[in-house]
Amino acid sequence: MSAPSTVQSVTVPAPTSAPAPSDSKSWARAFADIRAGVANRELWSHLGWQDIKQRYRRSVLGPLWITLSMGVTALGLGILYSQLLGSPIDTYLPYITTGFIVWAFLLGCLTEGTETFIANEGLIKHLPAPLSVYVLRTVWRQCIMFAHNMIIYFIVLMILWGGITKSGYVITDGGVPQPGLNWSALLAIPAFALIAVNAGWVVLLFGIISTRFRDIPQVITSLINLLFFMTPIVWSTDILQKRFGDGVTWRSLVAELNPLYHFIQIIRAPLIGAQQSWHHWAIVGGFAVVGWVLALFVMRNYRSRVSYWV
Amino acid sequence: MVSIDVWDASVDFPIFDAKSRSLKKQVLGKVGGKIGTESKVPVIEALHDISISLKDGDRVGLVGHNGAGKSTLLRLLSGIYEPTRGSSRIVGRVAPVFDLGVGMDQEISGFENIMIRGLYLGMTRKQMEKRVDDIAEFTELGDYLAMPLRTYSTGMRVRLALGVVTSIDPEILLLDEGIGAVDAAFLDKARDRLVDLVRRSGLLVFASHQDDLLLELCTSAVWMDEGRMKMRGGLREVLTAYKGKDPFANVSPEAAARLAAAPVSAVEGGE
Repeated sequence: MSAPSTVQSVTVPAPTSAPAPSDSKSWARAFADIRAGVANRELWSHLGWQDIKQRYRRSVLGPLWITLSMGVTALGLGILYSQLLGSPIDTYLPYITTGFIVWAFLLGCLTEGTETFIANEGLIKHLPAPLSVYVLRTVWRQCIMFAHNMIIYFIVLMILWGGITKSGYVITDGGVPQPGLNWSALLAIPAFALIAVNAGWVVLLFGIISTRFRDIPQVITSLINLLFFMTPIVWSTDILQKRFGDGVTWRSLVAELNPLYHFIQIIRAPLIGAQQSWHHWAIVGGFAVVGWVLALFVMRNYRSRVSYWV
Repeated sequence: MVSIDVWDASVDFPIFDAKSRSLKKQVLGKVGGKIGTESKVPVIEALHDISISLKDGDRVGLVGHNGAGKSTLLRLLSGIYEPTRGSSRIVGRVAPVFDLGVGMDQEISGFENIMIRGLYLGMTRKQMEKRVDDIAEFTELGDYLAMPLRTYSTGMRVRLALGVVTSIDPEILLLDEGIGAVDAAFLDKARDRLVDLVRRSGLLVFASHQDDLLLELCTSAVWMDEGRMKMRGGLREVLTAYKGKDPFANVSPEAAARLAAAPVSAVEGGE
C-alpha cells in the first residue's frame, strides 16, 4: 500500500478553470434561496413550533397562555370601551376581539420580523442554510399564534351568538347597520392567506434592513403603540362618520390612509359579519405586490451580506 | 461531483459599532486580520486573495495561529460567507462542525438538537428518527439526551455534534478545532468513525492545532497567516514549516503504528 505520499500533493494547483464571475448579487441566487427555503418545510415548521414550545416550556398551561392572555385582554378592553363608547357589548366585544387578534399577528410580524436574522445570529453563522428559512420560521410562528388566538374568537362567537348574527346590527350606537354574520365569513380564509403573503415580504425586508441598521427595530417599537391607537381597533369608523360626516377631510381619512386598517378590515369584516368592501382587498393586494418587489430587490442585493452583518 | 472552487476571494467584515474608535494607525499585531481604515466603516480584512480548488478525495488540514483566518476560511468554504471580492462555487452538501455550542439551542434537549441539526444538514424528520438511536449509542450520552443542552459540558457537546455529522453522509465535511475537547476514549472511537466517514465523504477540511489528529485525517495542508494562504502542500511539509520541526518526530510509537495502519493518513511508512 504505497499511498500517494505528501510529495505529490505539493503540486496541487490553485484553480485551473477560469474564475466564475461572482453571482452573489443575482436574481437567480435570490430566487434559489427562496425556493430552497420553501422546500425546507420540515426545517422551518419544526423551528417555528420549537419557538412556541420553547417560550412556554416549564409553564403549566404551555402555549395556552397565548390564548388566555388574548382572552383576558380582549375581554377587559371590550368591557371598558363598550361602556366608554356606549356600544352594546354583544356587538362590540366580537369587534374588538377580532381586531385585536389580527393586530397581534401584524404586530408580531413587524416587531419579530425586524429581529428575524439578528435573533438567529448563531445559526446563520454556523450552519449554511437559505435565509428564507428564518423568514418562514418567523411567519410560521406568527401563524401558529394566530391560530391559538382564534380560539378566543370562536368562544366569543358562541357566547354572544345573537349579537352579530342579526342583520342590521350596529357596532357602536348610531353606526352603520351591518349585514350580520353569514357564509361570507369564509372570506376570512383567503384574507388571512393574503395577509400571510404580505407577512413574508415584511419579515424579509425589515429583517434585512434591521440587521444592517440596528435603529430600525427601535423605530418600529416606538411607533407601534401610536399605530395601535391610530388604527380602528378599539374605536370603529362609525365614529369618524358620526363626527365628521361623509365629506372627505383629513379627519375622516385617518383610517383610510392607514394601511393597517385595510389589513385588519379584510379579515375582521367577514368574521363579524360587517359590511365588506373590495377596496380593502385591492389595497392589501397592492401592498403584497409592491412589497414583494421591494423585498426581492433587497434580497438580491444584500442576501449575501446578512451573514456579515448579524 | 463534489468540489469547492474559490477564486481570488477576500472576506472583509464591516465593524459598524467601532466607528468612533480612532483607527488612524493601522493596527498590525501578530494576532488577527488587518483592520482597514479607508472606508467610513472600519473593516477587518479577514481573508485576502484566497484561491483554492478542492475536489473529491481531498483531505486538507488547516493550520495557523489564532486569528489567522482558519475559521473564516471554513465559513467561506461552507458558503456561510460569500466572498466580498472574488467568487466561489460550492458543489455538494456541506456539513460543518464549527464552534460547538453556538449553533445549538441551549434550552432544548439533546434529542431536539440532534433533530434540528439533522434537518439543517438536509435530512428529513423520518431519516433522523431512524438515526437517533445510533447517535445515542455512539455518543454514549444515554438519558442525558433528554436534558437541555445547557447542562452539557463542552466535551458532551462535541460528542453530540460529531454524532450527528458522522451518522449522516455529508459530501463536504468541515471541522473546526473544537473537536479536541473530548476525552481520549471517545476520541479513539470518533477517530475510527471520522476516518471511515472521511473515506466515504468527498471532501474534508479540518482546522486543528493537534498534530496527531491532522496526521490521521488529512493528506495535505494549508497554512494560514494573517488572512492569506502562506503555504499549501503536503501535510508533512506544511507542518514542518509551520512548527519549525518535523511533526513525526513527536509522534508516540503507538500513534505511529496506528498511523501506518490507517490508509487514510496516506503517509509513507510513518514508522
